Amino acid sequence: MSEKKTNRRDFLFTATYAVGAVGAGAVIWPMIDQMNPDASVKALASTEVDVSSVNPGKTITVLWRGKPVFIRRRTEDEIAEARSVKLEELKHPETDEDRAKNPEWLVMLGVCTHLGCVPLDQKGDYNGWFCPCHGSHYDISGRIRKGPAPTNMEIPEYEFVDANTIKIG
Amino acid sequence: MSDHEYTPKSKVGKWFNDRLPLLTLANHLTDYPTPKNLNYWWTFGGILTFCLITQIVTGLVLAMHYIAHADMAFDSVEHIMRDVNYGWLIRYIHANGASMFFLAVYIHIFRSLFYGSYKSPREIIWIIGIIIYLLMMAAAFMGYVLPWGQMSFWGATVITNLFSAIPLVGEGIVTWLWGGYSVDNPTLTRFFTLHYLIPFLILGLVVLHIWALHVPGNNNPVGIDIKKPSKDTVPFHPYIVIKDGFALLMFMIVFAFFVFYTPNILGHADNYIEANPLVTPAHIVPEWYLLPFYAILRSVPDKLLGVVAMLSAILILAALPWLDTSKIRSAVFRPLYKQFYWILVADVLILGYVGAMPAEGLYLLIARVATAYYFLHFLVILPVLGLKEKSLPLPLSITEPILGGSPNLSTAKNRESLKN
Repeated sequence: MSEKKTNRRDFLFTATYAVGAVGAGAVIWPMIDQMNPDASVKALASTEVDVSSVNPGKTITVLWRGKPVFIRRRTEDEIAEARSVKLEELKHPETDEDRAKNPEWLVMLGVCTHLGCVPLDQKGDYNGWFCPCHGSHYDISGRIRKGPAPTNMEIPEYEFVDANTIKIG
Repeated sequence: MSDHEYTPKSKVGKWFNDRLPLLTLANHLTDYPTPKNLNYWWTFGGILTFCLITQIVTGLVLAMHYIAHADMAFDSVEHIMRDVNYGWLIRYIHANGASMFFLAVYIHIFRSLFYGSYKSPREIIWIIGIIIYLLMMAAAFMGYVLPWGQMSFWGATVITNLFSAIPLVGEGIVTWLWGGYSVDNPTLTRFFTLHYLIPFLILGLVVLHIWALHVPGNNNPVGIDIKKPSKDTVPFHPYIVIKDGFALLMFMIVFAFFVFYTPNILGHADNYIEANPLVTPAHIVPEWYLLPFYAILRSVPDKLLGVVAMLSAILILAALPWLDTSKIRSAVFRPLYKQFYWILVADVLILGYVGAMPAEGLYLLIARVATAYYFLHFLVILPVLGLKEKSLPLPLSITEPILGGSPNLSTAKNRESLKN
């Protein structure tokens, strides 16, 4: 490199390639980004749910951003069971206290973290959910206990607007 | 491309050919020297071309009636089945045509594996073939999503979620593929576009596949090079055209049997239920032709490694010309390889079977053993076998085993009669 002097032509080539690359990128990016969620999809960001009719031991499923959300009103036994699990036993350690701020209500995305199926309620080896697609078992806190799923079922952002209404998103 | 000069007889033909040598190409294709010992396993190239054309033509017609919208897709497919003139026929040909396409491509691939058609100097033909196979899987998967039934929806969800296994960017890629936060209308419309595009990409690659084939010429059941010019070859037309045509007719009988007598046997009843994002069918399985890879995916208890194993199982085929260290092409002269070949065939069939079964208990155990063996075959057995195996003596020409004088006459002859 050192003996070869950079001449005017080298500079022109480099400058042309650089401008060409920027131009190509500027054209390609809109073609790629058009596939991302559009404004109308993003607009459906939150859902309000009335949970007054849900009895203890029951789960309702609501649709939020095209995905099912499980809202389970847990019994005293279930809460005790969820909170008694030691963190060392978990593949993805999370305390039930962190997952359910209000212990009576478990609000989580009803989407298996393996490949996105909807797990079945009150099934599986841990009394929680069981995914029929590839056999992942979740406990009553929605934590992965057995099977191929890598993480616990996700907790979406939600808040209690009043005692009977949950706002998801 | 041509090994001899060609001049059209007519003046107009010559005038045209000097400007665009299409007639030279046509002449090359008809005179193309073909080994005369090709058996019926070699007719599947032609059959596959037929399958591709069938899918393109029926697909074009279906696209005239189908509506790619999450609210209307399911009903428009039923409209095709009930209202459109011969719609049922065209859709059943297209749906079963996909299965027939894969049936033919698996026979074609296993033909190559048996006779060593992937070996030097045919590596590029083989690799283009693997790319075509990958595109076929993509096209079949996206086509299966279009009717927007339960299997469509959940199949799309599971397969697109495979990308979420990629560390860091996985979730972003999945959202980008979906065009939303779940499989929905934007996903359907883009899948329709790509499903329409891919067959034409395949068509282009088929041209390259055949072009690359015509450089060294066909492999053959004996697996030795043909000596040109010699009596080892026959012109493609009429000899191979007739043989291919006869095999195609036999194939079409099987095809017609499925279309007219059991048009839904290869599908899933769940796909006649409209897509419902709240309920996953109790038992999700892909179409039969993807089952072995699905079994590999499920046999690994880790998400990322499962996806890696499944993709490797396909991509490992592209490395096959270098993993197989044996210089001998045909399994006819490789007594040990021949046995391992049939074990591999059984292994893939077993994987396909357990892929259709629930992933638990004994099925899971079998799937794990079969997955391990699949990789063992390509990564250990083939490289070692090529170095250790004592192969049988090769004949001097492909004519020799037929006319006599070959040291291994009986082997070659017996094998040939079996194959034929």
